[in-house]
Amino acid sequence: MLAQKPTRSTLAAAVLMASVAMPALADKASETLNVAFTKELENVDSYFNSSREGVVLQRAIWDGLIYRNPETNEYVGNLATSWEWIDDTTLEFKLREGVTFHNGEAFNADDVVFTVNFVANEENGVKTQRNVNWMKSAEKIDDYTVRIHLKEKFPAAIEFLSGPVSMYPNEYYAEAGPSGMGLKPVGTGPYKVTEVVPGQHFVLEANGNYHDSPKGQPEIATIDIRTIPDVNTQMAELFSGSLDLIWQVPADQANKLAQMGQFTVANESTMRVGYLQMDAAGRSGEDNPFTNKLVRQAVNHAINRQELVDALLQGSSKVVYTPCFPSQFGCVQDVTEYDYDPEKAKALLAEAGYPDGFSIDFYAYRDRQYAEAITSYLNAVGITTNFNMLQYSALREKNMNGEVALSFQTWGSYSINDASAMVSQFFKHGALDSTRDDEVLEWLNVADSSTAPDTRVEYYTKALQKITGEAFWAPMFTYNTNYVFKDEVAYTPTSDEVLRFVDMSWK
Amino acid sequence: MLTFIFKRLGLALLVALTVSFISFSLLFLSGDPAAALAGETASGEDVEALRRLYGFDRPMLVQYAEWLFSALRGDFGESYYFKLPVASLIAERLQVTMTLGLCGILFALVTAVPLGVIAAIRPNSLIDRVALFLSVAGQAMPSFWFGLILIVVFAIQLGWLPPSGAATWRHFIMPTIVLGYYAMPAIMRLTRAGMLDVLNSDFIRTARAKGAGETRVLFKHALRNAIIPVVSLAAVQMGFMLGGSIVVESVFALHGAGYLAWESIARNDLPTVQALILVFSMFYIVFTFLADVLNAWLDPRMRSA
Repeated sequence: MLAQKPTRSTLAAAVLMASVAMPALADKASETLNVAFTKELENVDSYFNSSREGVVLQRAIWDGLIYRNPETNEYVGNLATSWEWIDDTTLEFKLREGVTFHNGEAFNADDVVFTVNFVANEENGVKTQRNVNWMKSAEKIDDYTVRIHLKEKFPAAIEFLSGPVSMYPNEYYAEAGPSGMGLKPVGTGPYKVTEVVPGQHFVLEANGNYHDSPKGQPEIATIDIRTIPDVNTQMAELFSGSLDLIWQVPADQANKLAQMGQFTVANESTMRVGYLQMDAAGRSGEDNPFTNKLVRQAVNHAINRQELVDALLQGSSKVVYTPCFPSQFGCVQDVTEYDYDPEKAKALLAEAGYPDGFSIDFYAYRDRQYAEAITSYLNAVGITTNFNMLQYSALREKNMNGEVALSFQTWGSYSINDASAMVSQFFKHGALDSTRDDEVLEWLNVADSSTAPDTRVEYYTKALQKITGEAFWAPMFTYNTNYVFKDEVAYTPTSDEVLRFVDMSWK
Repeated sequence: MLTFIFKRLGLALLVALTVSFISFSLLFLSGDPAAALAGETASGEDVEALRRLYGFDRPMLVQYAEWLFSALRGDFGESYYFKLPVASLIAERLQVTMTLGLCGILFALVTAVPLGVIAAIRPNSLIDRVALFLSVAGQAMPSFWFGLILIVVFAIQLGWLPPSGAATWRHFIMPTIVLGYYAMPAIMRLTRAGMLDVLNSDFIRTARAKGAGETRVLFKHALRNAIIPVVSLAAVQMGFMLGGSIVVESVFALHGAGYLAWESIARNDLPTVQALILVFSMFYIVFTFLADVLNAWLDPRMRSA
């Protein structure tokens, strides 16, 4: 059922593979690691982009107060040496002394105060407000002690401070602003930027003066990043020896590259979860079939999640039943699971009053192959789908206006390892909430704002059990990504889909 | 002649205005610009904040008028995506596209016109057949495919040329061939048809009869007449190459204006798309105008038109 049609890229890949007579001249001698980005990054200033490429550069150029070890998920100090909660909405940090920014500016409390106050101010237009809008302000206690004041209780604060919130040099940023920072970035991180051609080319150099950070010291002297939009061209560059590392490689190409034996192909899961969103609240019409719980359960039973994972997603992808990624804090797995049972799905549909099924508009915005496979499962139990592939923004708008009854959606939680980054985004009566369940809202409010971990888990459990029991969504699978690099490169990818140059070295 | 030029220019301005208004409306219809700007990771509140920040909540006509008046003053605004002035962004990307477009059309003319002439002199000969085959293949082969084949042969197997990028002139060789090859068939067929037509006409017989040399007959008399429609076609092809080199730019990772336009549409980067559409339509207008002037120079009869 899920045999893949040869696409433009698989055909092209076949030609590339067949052609390879490897010159395999590594750049090891020149100490430059050549990397490709697929997407044009809008602005290197990490507060003014919302792409994966931006996160990759952010982790290389800047540091946060806290660092989360991507393997153990343990929080340790980075620009801060210690921190404590003064009360429910006040965090106090002792800062590391002797750290300097790439431009020589010394790092101290003024930088933290300036950065926090700048990004927390909505008028400054930080792109992903959620990353920063839980902070109210920062206050200097002395040169190496600061307090961050929260707007309200926000237990995920530590996770955010170890992720998207990086510290900027106050004097430089006040002058350069987001555009200037984007063209000539200055941070404290393991790599400093020597060249930026907006969207196209980025050159990083190891920061020889990097502080004793939990990130470790950079080993590769120069990282040269070029934006190459076509995956096949990226592969050609890899074959011709002018690229050392590519990532986000589609599964079929990665499998073939692995067979060649000249590259290391590493597969890691990402936090992205693929799910079907159903209009349980009846926003697209009171009479839409998904207001009926039996229909939603039927959809859940109709999808062969395991087959999707085995045949299409492959790699480290897993079947999921929760509207959150299993490693996220609070994403308990003790929930209702729907096995693949098309007969039961048909019976449930009949019981719901649709013995002959029904016809419905079905929307998706990415991964057409997956979406088409999903439609075939739905068709098999009698749900006839009128398939629409839209641009993300167009689908989002329709969704916000409550015009979508059934859609294939995905969410990557901004790589934040906390259930609030996913479940609370969609079940708290926001514009994208297709469920609007009052009880779930109430429980999530408690879970999101409590500072007691046990209470949080307890209330996320309640919410997740109701969401799955009522089959509000049909969560299906987690995504994965492939990293392909030359055998001379030593690197172990992490499950948060962030390339860490500081962890790379030459063999 | 002067009134003719002014009339043409006035018409061109109207065309540019209409094009920009239609594109502006289409962009608004295609999706919520605020949602596209906010990106995939944004929440509903982020989108609302952006909508207010950029004034997308105002009527479309007001927003269009605002854009138009700024554009008339030469201010194309700031790219929503890159947060950089649109004018400098486009100027930078146009260099790549202009280089590629000029090289492409030159390559197409230099190869296609002689082939077309030879094919016309010896209709149904081997050369004619080969030229026909080339033109059919050129029309049929997708340019991304041709590009990849070139990369495989010349960059990977032979290692003569760099696979992608725009750092040196060597980076432009393969993209030029791919882009030019796409324009070749039409130019070649038109040259061949035009030459065949002209070679059978009375004045050529007269020229031969009065004893003019074959080279003189071919180039002074025949080609000069046959080339007129080719000039117009080349002008249109040139406009097409500048705006339509998206695939070639994407395959060879050349960050040109065509690729920028394509990506900006997906990002709902209105100021960039608007300015690019204006630039592209101006190119079409200018090239068609230049083609008319060139034709008038080649054919005195057209000067009075």
